[in-house]
Parts: sequence; C-alpha cells; structure tokens
Amino acid sequence: MALLEIEDLHVCYGRVEVLHGISLQVDEGEIVTLLGANGAGKSTTLMSISRLVNAKSGTIRFDGKDLGKYQSHEVVGLGIAQSPEGRRVFGTMTVEENLRLGAFLVNNEAQKESTLRWIFELFPRLEERREQLAGTLSGGEQQMLAMGRALMAQPRLLLLDEPSLGLAPLLVKSIFQTIRRISENGVTVLLVEQNARAALKLANRGYVLEVGNVVMQDTAQALLANPSVREAYLGG
Amino acid sequence: MEFFVQQLLNGLAVGGIYALVALGYTMVYGVLKLINFAHGDLFAVGAYLGLTLLVSCHLAQMLPPFAAVLLVFVLVALMVALIGYLLERVAYRPLRSAGRLSAVVSALGASIFFENALMLIYGARVFVYPDFLRPDFTVTIMGFSIPGMRLLVIVVSIVLMVALQVFMLHTRVGAAIRAVAIDQGAARLMGINVNRIISLVFLIGPGLGGAAGILVGIYYGQIDFLMGWSYGLKAFTAAILGGIGNIPGAMVGGLLLGVVEAMASAYFAVAWKDAVAFFVLILILIVRPTGLLGERTADKL
Ligand SMILES: Nc1ncnc2c1ncn2[C@@H]1O[C@H](COP(=O)(O)OP(=O)(O)OP(=O)(O)O)[C@@H](O)[C@H]1O
Ligand SMILES: [Mg+2]
Repeated sequence: MALLEIEDLHVCYGRVEVLHGISLQVDEGEIVTLLGANGAGKSTTLMSISRLVNAKSGTIRFDGKDLGKYQSHEVVGLGIAQSPEGRRVFGTMTVEENLRLGAFLVNNEAQKESTLRWIFELFPRLEERREQLAGTLSGGEQQMLAMGRALMAQPRLLLLDEPSLGLAPLLVKSIFQTIRRISENGVTVLLVEQNARAALKLANRGYVLEVGNVVMQDTAQALLANPSVREAYLGG
Repeated sequence: MEFFVQQLLNGLAVGGIYALVALGYTMVYGVLKLINFAHGDLFAVGAYLGLTLLVSCHLAQMLPPFAAVLLVFVLVALMVALIGYLLERVAYRPLRSAGRLSAVVSALGASIFFENALMLIYGARVFVYPDFLRPDFTVTIMGFSIPGMRLLVIVVSIVLMVALQVFMLHTRVGAAIRAVAIDQGAARLMGINVNRIISLVFLIGPGLGGAAGILVGIYYGQIDFLMGWSYGLKAFTAAILGGIGNIPGAMVGGLLLGVVEAMASAYFAVAWKDAVAFFVLILILIVRPTGLLGERTADKL
C-alpha cells in the first residue's frame, strides 16, 4: 500500500475546475516530484493534501486513511507537513518562534528539542539567526526556515512547494542536497518544482501535470531521458 | 503640580479602562479582520452583571468588600467571556465565508441586540454601584496623596495587560494566536485549529471587556445601558490610535487617549474633551496612518 494515494481528484475554485481528475501515489521513503508549467495545478494538489483546499470529488488516502474526513490541523497530526509556495513564514515572529510553531502538535518536549537540533544541523544559518525576525531574513533563509518549520512537525510525508524558487544557483544546489539528507532520515518527500532537471536528478519518480491533468508518470531517469519532457521542461 | 499629577493619574485610570476594552477590538480584528461592533456592549453587559451580582445576589453582604469585588471580577469576566464565545458562534461563524460586509451588519445587529436587552432587563435609567465598595483609603507617594480607587483601577488594568502580554509572547497558544493573525492558511499548516483560536480570542477579549465594565462601575459609581456605545467608541478609537490588530498598540492607545482626555478637561474645558481626543486621533493618523504601533492601515472594516 502506498503511503499517499490520490485517486481521480477534481478540484474547483468557484466554478472553475483546475484539477480534472488526477491520480498519483507516493510510497514510503520515496522522493516523488511533481512537474508542470505555471498554473498546471501543482500547488492546488499540495493544498488539497493539506486540506486547505476542498476536493470536489475523488479521494486522497494517507496511510490508508481518507483525508476527506479530516480537517487541516488534523492532517498535520497524521504526519503530513508542508512548506508552502511563497514560504509564508510568520514575518513578525522570530526564527525560533516560527520553528516552535511548526511543532505545535508535538507534545514531547525532548523530541521537540532534538528535532530542533537536527534542523539547526541541516540549516546552521537558522541557528545563527535564531532571534531574528523571520520577515527580515533573506529569501534563501526564509526558504530554509519554511522547510525547517515543516520538519518540526516530525512528518512522515513532507510536501515541498518550489523550495528553489528565487534562489541563487549555489543555494539551489545546497537546498537539493538538504532534501536528500531529509529523505535519508526516513521522511517521504513530495516535491513540486519548476527546476525540473534538479528535481528529477534527486527524485525516484516523477509526474508531469498539464492544465490539471497528469500527462506523464515514470521513473525520474526515464523522464530525464524522455524527448518531450526534455523539450518542454528541460530546455531541449 | 499636584493638580497635574492627579489629572495624569485620573487619565491613566480611565485610559487603562479604554485599553482593556480596546484589546478586545484589536484582538478580534487581528484574527478575523472584523470590527466587533458588539464589543462595547459586552463591556456594558459586564458592568450590569457585576451590579447584579453585588446587589441582588447579596454578595456584598456575605463577603468582605475586597473579597466580594474580587469574586465578582472573576465571575463577570468568565460570564462575559462565555457571552463573547456564543456571540462568535451565533453571529459571526456562520457568516465566515460570506462577504465581509455581512459580518459587519451582523456585528451591528448584535450590538443593537445587547443594548436593547440591557434596556429591557434593567430599564433605561442610570444605575448606581454600591459605594461601600469604593476603596476609601489614600496612598501617599512622593508627597502626592492618591485616592485608593484611582490606584486600584490603574493597578488592575496594568496587571491584566501585563498578564495578557506574557501569555501572548511566552506561551505556545499565545504564539498560535499571533500566527493566526499573521497568516491563517500558514497557521493551519502548522496544525493549529483556527476555529479554536478564534473562539479563544472571543473568550479573552470579552473577558477583559467585562472586567473593564466593573472597573467603570466602581470608578464612576454609576452605569447606564448606553455606556457600551460611548466607551466602545473611545476604546475603538484607542485601538485605531495604537494600530488596529496590534496588542501593545491598543494598550498604549488606550492610556494615551485617557491622559489626553484628562488633560483636555483639566486645562481646556470638560465639554471639549471628546473633541480634543478625536483631534489627537486625527492628528496622529495624519502623521502615522497605521496608528502608533501598527504596520498596516485599517483599510477594511
Ligand atoms: N485561490 C484561487 N482562486 C481561484 N483560482 C485559483 C486559486 N488558486 C489557484 N487558482 C488557479 O488554479 C490554477 C492552478 O493553480 P496552482 O497554483 O495550483 O498552479 P501551479 O501549478 O502551482 O502554478 P505555479 O507554478 O505558477 O505555482 C491556476 O489557473 C490558478 O489561476
Ligand atoms: Mg504553485
């Protein structure tokens, strides 16, 4: 059984349908990437999993549980955390306060502290800036904070929405390395990316979304070699 | 000098009351971006409930004055908090996904409801708070003799404000309230139950407002069913003055407004105190459109 299983998911904003019945699976321990052009529906898919957007029909199952029966805060409790598009850190709060909010549902103080230490290992920059207001961090630092904050929930499944957006190439490389380390720590990752080449090099498998439909799915290697993927997403 | 200090303290006492009420406006605005127009009336309900408990329930006869006042404080704060909670469930939550204007209309309706309920239950006359409750001691500080009651109101309001700040800044739930005010969606991604937080804000704000209602009863010795409107407007002004949505802002705004009013009455003319207060508001908003401590404009109701 897959850890995450989406079946025939339809989502509407108002009367406009933006996901026309997509299906995808993520197995425990995998890194799966979701590729697609602007407006394809990638963020909508992640927001549906986190239950910030309601599905019109279809099912999302996590660890066998129908997420349609849960509210957004309960989904976090089940083990799904998201680092959303645009980072959305709490700008007038400190780095540490942001991180601790990520662990809002974690009751075990010792676990909280050890996760915090792990996150400071992954992102030493965050430890240096512990007391700084999140809104005054650079874009790259905010991205680290958004990822660290999601990890504080000790998720089994981590949803990452465009973690490399707007970052300098060197930092992109380091963010992707960090995602690998997170994955090696046993966290399953669903990664939405514009940076298709880097994402496919990192991922086990990938899905390609086009205007609300999954048009391709394969192993990352096969997608990297696929001519139409190369043309559309890898710059030829 | 004596006169100035007394006026200053009077201003701080009244300002403390404004601040307590202003906190309710600002906290609700923070999480819902809604002006709870019924908040002033909840404060009036607090004043009346306090009176009922003290007079009709003979609490004042059964207990020493200090204990009676303390008990009434706690009971009224709890009851008004509960009313605030119910108000949100009944008047605001069902309209959450409707337009902002619907919620504003609902808020105005709730305000009229509470005003009329008070008038129907108690009658449209002025009520006098039992005056044996008024502390009749004076304290001498640096050569100034300060009426105990003035001191009491200042101390109570400051203690409540400090307690709120400690809660907001140093607890996990306080952080969650701040997070919801900043970005509801992101707060939900943290596993925060936003509805629970909104309910909590509707317990805290009205609870503080109810306590302020009793302070007014004790300080001025009388209450009337329209006090929710007059004080509500002042407290709302204080919240805007400090920057709506900003908690320390409401505190500073309330205290400042109280002091400005007191000074205006003392050195100018009592009849002009409201005009002076609003003049100050307008002046500050011209210089700082976001209020003293606010970051955003209150562009929406
Ligand atoms: N809140 C909303 N209300 C109405 N339409 C929306 C809303 N959010 C997204 N959409 C629309 O849904 C479609 C899918 O948007 P989505 O954000 O999921 O795309 P995306 O694949 O994440 O794009 P990008 O790469 O630009 O982030 C777009 O056409 C978008 O305009
Ligand atoms: Mg997107």
